[in-house]
Amino acid sequence: MDLAALDPLLLLASLLAAATPLIWAAMGELVVERSGVLNLGVEGMMIIGAIAGFAAAVATASPALGFLAAAAAGAALALLFGLLTQILLANQVATGLALTMFGLGLAALIGQPYSGIKPPPATRLAGQIDVMVPLGLALAGAVWWFLARSRPGLILRAVGENHDAAHALGYPVVAIRLAAIAFGGACAGLGGAHLSLVRVPQWTEGMTAGAGWIALAIVVFASWRPARVVLGAWLFGGVTILQLNLQALGLGIGSAWMSMAPYLMTILVLVLISAGRSRAALGAPACLGRVFDASG
Amino acid sequence: MLRLEPRPEPSRAMQALTPLAAVLLTLLLGGLLFAALGKDPVAAMRVIFVDPLLDGYSRTELLVKGTPLVLIALGLSFGFRAGVWNIGAEGQFIMGALAAGAVALAFHDVPGLWLLPLMALAGILAGLGWALIPAILKTRFNASEILVSLMLVYVAEQFLIAMVSGPLRDPQGFNFPLSRNFHDSALLPLVLEGSRVHLGVPVTLIAVALAAFVSRRHLFGFRSRLLGEAPRAAAFAGVEAGRMTVICLALSGAAAGLAGMFEAAGPAGQLAPSLPVGYGFTAIIVAFLGRLDPLGILLAGAVMALTYVGGEQAQYVLGIPAAANETFRGMLLFALLAVNLLVHYRLRLVRRAR
Repeated sequence: MDLAALDPLLLLASLLAAATPLIWAAMGELVVERSGVLNLGVEGMMIIGAIAGFAAAVATASPALGFLAAAAAGAALALLFGLLTQILLANQVATGLALTMFGLGLAALIGQPYSGIKPPPATRLAGQIDVMVPLGLALAGAVWWFLARSRPGLILRAVGENHDAAHALGYPVVAIRLAAIAFGGACAGLGGAHLSLVRVPQWTEGMTAGAGWIALAIVVFASWRPARVVLGAWLFGGVTILQLNLQALGLGIGSAWMSMAPYLMTILVLVLISAGRSRAALGAPACLGRVFDASG
Repeated sequence: MLRLEPRPEPSRAMQALTPLAAVLLTLLLGGLLFAALGKDPVAAMRVIFVDPLLDGYSRTELLVKGTPLVLIALGLSFGFRAGVWNIGAEGQFIMGALAAGAVALAFHDVPGLWLLPLMALAGILAGLGWALIPAILKTRFNASEILVSLMLVYVAEQFLIAMVSGPLRDPQGFNFPLSRNFHDSALLPLVLEGSRVHLGVPVTLIAVALAAFVSRRHLFGFRSRLLGEAPRAAAFAGVEAGRMTVICLALSGAAAGLAGMFEAAGPAGQLAPSLPVGYGFTAIIVAFLGRLDPLGILLAGAVMALTYVGGEQAQYVLGIPAAANETFRGMLLFALLAVNLLVHYRLRLVRRAR
């Protein structure tokens, strides 16, 4: 057994890096859900971000432009969801699923010429740590400040808790939700691009492997609070790193068994956090997933 | 200017017309997609949607690919009507195939008419058991069945890999992660000569009739609709939401498990990591495209089977990548959800007040 592979500083750095895509995606989804919208398409937006960022970075040889393209692509896909759920009043669960299937398919389609290519190297601060890692933590702080301390954040929360009351007060419910949805999509896209440009860095079909769904679970685990999202992402980052390191150490446990760990962990965490509590007691926005219709 | 006006009652005409409109809209958008890929859109549409209907063998393949889609979608439809979101049918399908395959391999070279029913039972129970996990975690611990059932898809995929690289691996298979080919008595008999149409196809047709009866005439069908459309009224009428959640998930899990058994003992004939091809996810679209109605699902299954059979053809003939078909299916669900608005709302032209 090679214990040098378990250097604590290196482990910590790779944990922070592994948690970063989750922080970005979950933080975006948190804002969306606080506005009362349940977008289950995080996985689809992440993978579109991963390929859009990768393609743009390869084309322009600039990782920064890649991240920009990823945010734009994620937001564009999210607005498609917004159009369907906010303007055409479609069911949010079904639309989110459609977004995931469409995103996975489209990303695979766009990504065909890109497998096996190396992206331009992103500037790294140290080891696996690039600028998106501290920016992700800054995002968490900014989202906290926005929701807890700013007036627009208060309005966004009001829309999420009671859209009829917010509408009666004259707030543009649909516009606010569309803005939140676009923000969530951009964040998910950036999280995906972090996977394809920094963490892996390579494009493979289906490379998000459920990270978007885990991000959704982290939002529940975090009781819709930004600080706990970071905690949750670190927890999952830790499990992923531990599993990869144990696989590298070769303990004789099949890799397929080890690969189940993050998913089983998600289920366990969901059970522990939800047990015996109602949605309201958990802190879920009261209008989460409900259709808002001003005409009726 | 256009305004949305809620209809007093959902329009029946629109309920029938919107799936058709969605398919047409998808053809249009798909054509644009193929044009963007640099392929002739008209030729692509002909290869995918028309050619399979003209060729005899392709027609039988539609039955083979449509069977798992219809069977899984039938199971899902009751839950979707009740607001129970099992989106992990793919995982239940895998567990059903795996359990049936394990039985087949355990009795390898043992002839007997009892083997296939035993495999079907194993498949149903495995799918049902896998679906009971999210059901129990939902009713006992309040954990979202959406997330749990989906996470279990990834677990099931890895479990299948672990099994075919371990205990169920072919001893003479040069260490490839594949099982042996099933023995003859573990393979579903074919019902059409010169095709791959197996006994699972007529069984699925019987399931359609059964589901149509339950959803229209049986109390369970009524209750699932009531719970989804008016949860408070359902509570007053004595419908227990928790029990319905368990029953709906168990039912959809059993159907997906049986579909998995059909796939393993039918077209596949062995266990391999490549066995699941996303039928469990596509079945979600089939259920919605069929308006959660058994006969509608049968029609929708046929349409979606076309995208599998025709999609494979398009890969060979036109070099259209498999991912295009996946994108296509996502588009179809989008289009369906978009035009669904017309069922509950009327578009009205109004003059702006001065």
